[in-house]
Amino acid sequence: MLSPDDLTALCVTLKLAAVSTVLLIVLATPLAWWLSQTRARGRVLVEAVVTLPLVLPPTVLGFYLLLLLGPKGPVGAVLEDIGIGHLAFSFSGLVVGSMIYSLPFVVQPLQNAFAATGTRLLEVAATLRASPLDRFLTVALPLARRGYFTAAVLAFAHTLGEFGVIIMLGGNIPGETRVASIAIYNHVEALDYGSAHALALTLVVFSLVLLTLVYALNRRGQSVGVPR
Amino acid sequence: MSIDARFCLQRGEFHLDVDVTLPGEGVTAVFGASGAGKSTLLRCVAGLERAAQGVLSVNGEVWQREGLFLPVHRRPLGVVFQESSLFPHLTGAGNLRFGLQRTPIGERCVDWDEVVQLLGIAPLLPRYPDSLSGGERQRIALARALLASPQLLLLDEPLAALDEARKAEILPFLERLRTRFAMPMLYVTHSMREVARLADYLVLLEGGRVRAQGPVQEMLSRLDLSLAAADDAGVVIDAVVAEHDAQWHLSRLSFPGGSLWVSRCAEPPGERLRCRVLARDVSLTRERNEQSSIVNLVAAEVVELAPAASPAHVMVRLDAQGTPLLARITRQSQARIAVQPGECFWLQIKSVALLR
Repeated sequence: MLSPDDLTALCVTLKLAAVSTVLLIVLATPLAWWLSQTRARGRVLVEAVVTLPLVLPPTVLGFYLLLLLGPKGPVGAVLEDIGIGHLAFSFSGLVVGSMIYSLPFVVQPLQNAFAATGTRLLEVAATLRASPLDRFLTVALPLARRGYFTAAVLAFAHTLGEFGVIIMLGGNIPGETRVASIAIYNHVEALDYGSAHALALTLVVFSLVLLTLVYALNRRGQSVGVPR
Repeated sequence: MSIDARFCLQRGEFHLDVDVTLPGEGVTAVFGASGAGKSTLLRCVAGLERAAQGVLSVNGEVWQREGLFLPVHRRPLGVVFQESSLFPHLTGAGNLRFGLQRTPIGERCVDWDEVVQLLGIAPLLPRYPDSLSGGERQRIALARALLASPQLLLLDEPLAALDEARKAEILPFLERLRTRFAMPMLYVTHSMREVARLADYLVLLEGGRVRAQGPVQEMLSRLDLSLAAADDAGVVIDAVVAEHDAQWHLSRLSFPGGSLWVSRCAEPPGERLRCRVLARDVSLTRERNEQSSIVNLVAAEVVELAPAASPAHVMVRLDAQGTPLLARITRQSQARIAVQPGECFWLQIKSVALLR
């Protein structure tokens, strides 16, 4: 049913979702932690910026990223100079774009999870001789694991459905930046509804299975009394 | 051996300004109404209030002074909070190990098996905090704090969140800790019962300041403090079991100013016992009255008088050869039998509560 090109597009999509999710989880952790602990005045501005990708049209996001990461852009030019090369029309560029696109979907669950733990248990850990890093790793992280689970699933699923940012960043190079959503768009443009259908249905089934699995795992976690 | 603490902390409207020198052993109760600053003082000692200016040294070791602030995790202390603060993702045993593992082997001076046995928590160890009762959780929290081998144990109203039955379940454990471990304890509470039962020394806080401090026997007999105005005002007497009377099922406790008969207790003769005598249970007579049903008679001299909470009553402080006692009598009686400082009376003590 699926042509080799479509399979390649699917692979690129999964790879993009996996890589962005892992990087995002790691990089968003300190940000979410800081937001959950700080009373600094700049916090509201940071929160607003983090939420921005949620409300902006993805094309706006993609447009500015193109300007920023392209060969003439401030970030792209620097990367050119140091020999890495600009990020427009590349898989790395898509990873950066996806991470920004999915940022609020990771930061918010993590921030909420950290905030829900509160300060008392961290204080208790301190009185039991745990250093700040120790407290974070042995108390805050394990207690936020539901938040991590939610964040990872949302980031992954959100990236699977990404279209606007990618098309702006030049995502139509087979095997490099052509993801499933772009391939579907191409098929429709070419009036090849059969191929569009096959790929689209594959995405629907895959997403459904993924989410069902997640909810099932979540439910089981609750019913056997795993502490929250 | 002492704990020297001086703290200044501004927190909105509230101002804590405390300068105390506390005994470096035994139980020091920090007593006061809600909002008096008891918990804040405790948090300052623990190092949980970074904003606090002050000086703190515990048995010779400086934890805080100008230019030095030992972070909480470097202070060898244990804290038990009011509500259970067990780590929900760890079992009972996991919670106990948390502090133990972070204590250098050379500093460990508390034995796992002994603590587990003392607090009766062996069956609770494999269970998660979710499945434990409030009293069970507080026992685990106590054990967890002890296993970090603290040089100072801070207890912030550890019983306040428990119902009467659970309180009665934990109090004996706290007493055992007190006798078994030499570490000093700071015990924040607003319960006079807990003070009378556990404390050796008492710090009375009012509005963020120290109103008075001293040995608990002396503090409870002072008429110039709010303590004497309470309905359950009274003294504690540290006595020794003198003899048991098998025929009448009584035990005689002796203290420097006399002796008291109480219901037969389990402790053998020679054992120390603390009891509490409430001011409202003490009456005064000029003559020794052998025809009364009240068996406990103690001779004492009136030291001072002070108004009681109700205008019908007057508080009388007496001295029985060094043991202070309080009596609450009516003004009418005071006038009728001429209760004045320097006069001697027989105290009829209607009831004695054994505390341990």
